[in-house]
Amino acid sequence: MIISVASGKGGTGKTLVATSLAVSLKDKCSLQLVDCDVEEPNDHLFLKPVIDKKEPVAIPVPKIDETKCTFCGKCAEVCAYNAIAVLPKNVLVLPNLCHGCGACSYLCPEKAITEEDMIIGVVESGHAGNIDFIQGRLNTGEAMPVPVIRKVKEKVSPDKTVIIDISPGTSCPVVESVKGSDFCLLVTEPTPFGLNDLTLAVETVRKLGILCGVVINRAGDNQGKMEAYCREQNIPVLMTIPLDTEIARLYSRGITLAEGMPRWQEKFESLFRHIKELVDERSSSLKR
Amino acid sequence: MKEVVVLSGKGGTGKTSIVGSFASLAKNKVLADCDVDAADLHLLLRPETQEKNEFWSGQAATIDEDKCTQCGLCQELCRFNAIKDYKVDPISCEGCGFCSHICPADAITMKDNMSGHWFISKTRYGELVHARLGIAEENSGKLVALVRQKARELADKKKADYIISDGPPGIGCPVISSLSGADLALLVTEPTLSGIHDLERVYEVCRHFNVPALVCINKYDINESNANKIEDYCQQQGMGTVTRIPYDNAVTEAMIHGIPVVEYSHNGLSSKIAALWDKIVNKLGG
Repeated sequence: MIISVASGKGGTGKTLVATSLAVSLKDKCSLQLVDCDVEEPNDHLFLKPVIDKKEPVAIPVPKIDETKCTFCGKCAEVCAYNAIAVLPKNVLVLPNLCHGCGACSYLCPEKAITEEDMIIGVVESGHAGNIDFIQGRLNTGEAMPVPVIRKVKEKVSPDKTVIIDISPGTSCPVVESVKGSDFCLLVTEPTPFGLNDLTLAVETVRKLGILCGVVINRAGDNQGKMEAYCREQNIPVLMTIPLDTEIARLYSRGITLAEGMPRWQEKFESLFRHIKELVDERSSSLKR
Repeated sequence: MKEVVVLSGKGGTGKTSIVGSFASLAKNKVLADCDVDAADLHLLLRPETQEKNEFWSGQAATIDEDKCTQCGLCQELCRFNAIKDYKVDPISCEGCGFCSHICPADAITMKDNMSGHWFISKTRYGELVHARLGIAEENSGKLVALVRQKARELADKKKADYIISDGPPGIGCPVISSLSGADLALLVTEPTLSGIHDLERVYEVCRHFNVPALVCINKYDINESNANKIEDYCQQQGMGTVTRIPYDNAVTEAMIHGIPVVEYSHNGLSSKIAALWDKIVNKLGG
């Protein structure tokens, strides 16, 4: 089963929930924690995994053989990203704009284009105790997280319990990361920003046809609007984590809630059971 | 005219609350919300939309079933696995158009994609340029570039002294698009291990694009030893003095009231934010 942890708004507690859920379940099932927030991966700060494999992520970018090139301009014409400019006597390639689609090399009438790898990030895998740990890391200065996310997701073992930590937002990196999940846990906070971004995240997850539930973090006495929204949208609120400076301090030191306050382990286990019931319910209703 | 963009790497460190306060403090400026996929600045500035425009960007392939001979070449060549059973999955399609060029039956056409909206709005603090990327859409970087371009045009026309942009979290394409060519980046961080880790990465991006940066530690008193580490790091990197802002419930309360925190509370927090804006003005040489 694949559970992704997303939010819309940043800083609502995705990493806190993903890492504590992983720590609480590690002795109950075979577990994989996958950090798909490749722009700012943080799970490693909490789990301190031993990394035993690093694989570079590259995208293929065109390389022009100017001895074969006739400067016909076909490659620039077919490139949808303006990554190639053909001048009268040379060709400029802008690798940072290239998506690696391969159209230019395939369509070059002179077969003057080959592809060479441009490294944009890395996939790191290892373990933290009995937790399988995978994370992606986009190199700073690179614009495209999606190819790194795709490589990270190739490592997902769906026969295990997989927890995926997702980047904030609602656009392409989030979609690529959440795609294929059985359940998406949306972590939010009871503020106007939190609610605004939760509604966007819900729309995104629904567009992908994925079941979701909400965790309200930093709850106090002001989550009425958020609970009303969830009721109206028929989204279950599966957990509430109070606004508590002790929790914030633990987080600041890179300690998971499940380890810093062990009584939370039982709550995360019951959160997991609840998710499992919802997923099983849906799959049996789909079979019917 | 000078442009300052507020970034953080890590999300939820307080970028928008700070930009909202700058909106109230700064004179003669244009505001831009460059977080186009989870924009929140409008919740503090309560804009009145003056202009709403469609954002057309990128394309998606469609296959004409009547012409398709199911030869499978498109499926084989698509690097994004966007074609299955001779149908295009619009979410996976990156709009490269490769399939449309190679289809032997000429059955694939590329259709323009309306991927969001952008707005020019009036607020009680001046004009705001903002945008809304469609759900699960691509090209947020291009939409950010458009927001900045419109903000610059407006600032030129109004002879504004400053453009103040609220940036997105992360370090990828919308961040690069918000940052490149700006005069200054304000990096808002928090004294957590995640905050430090993410600050270092976003600062590397600033260096990569040659944009000078100032740092502000929000909620510094959650963990003062981490705040000291951030300060040391900033000193090592030659970023000068760091502004420390204490944790204060007034930030959330102001947000609930839909006003910038400097207007809601007149305690130490607000004077720190005011001093930070003065520091930015100084740094920008204004």
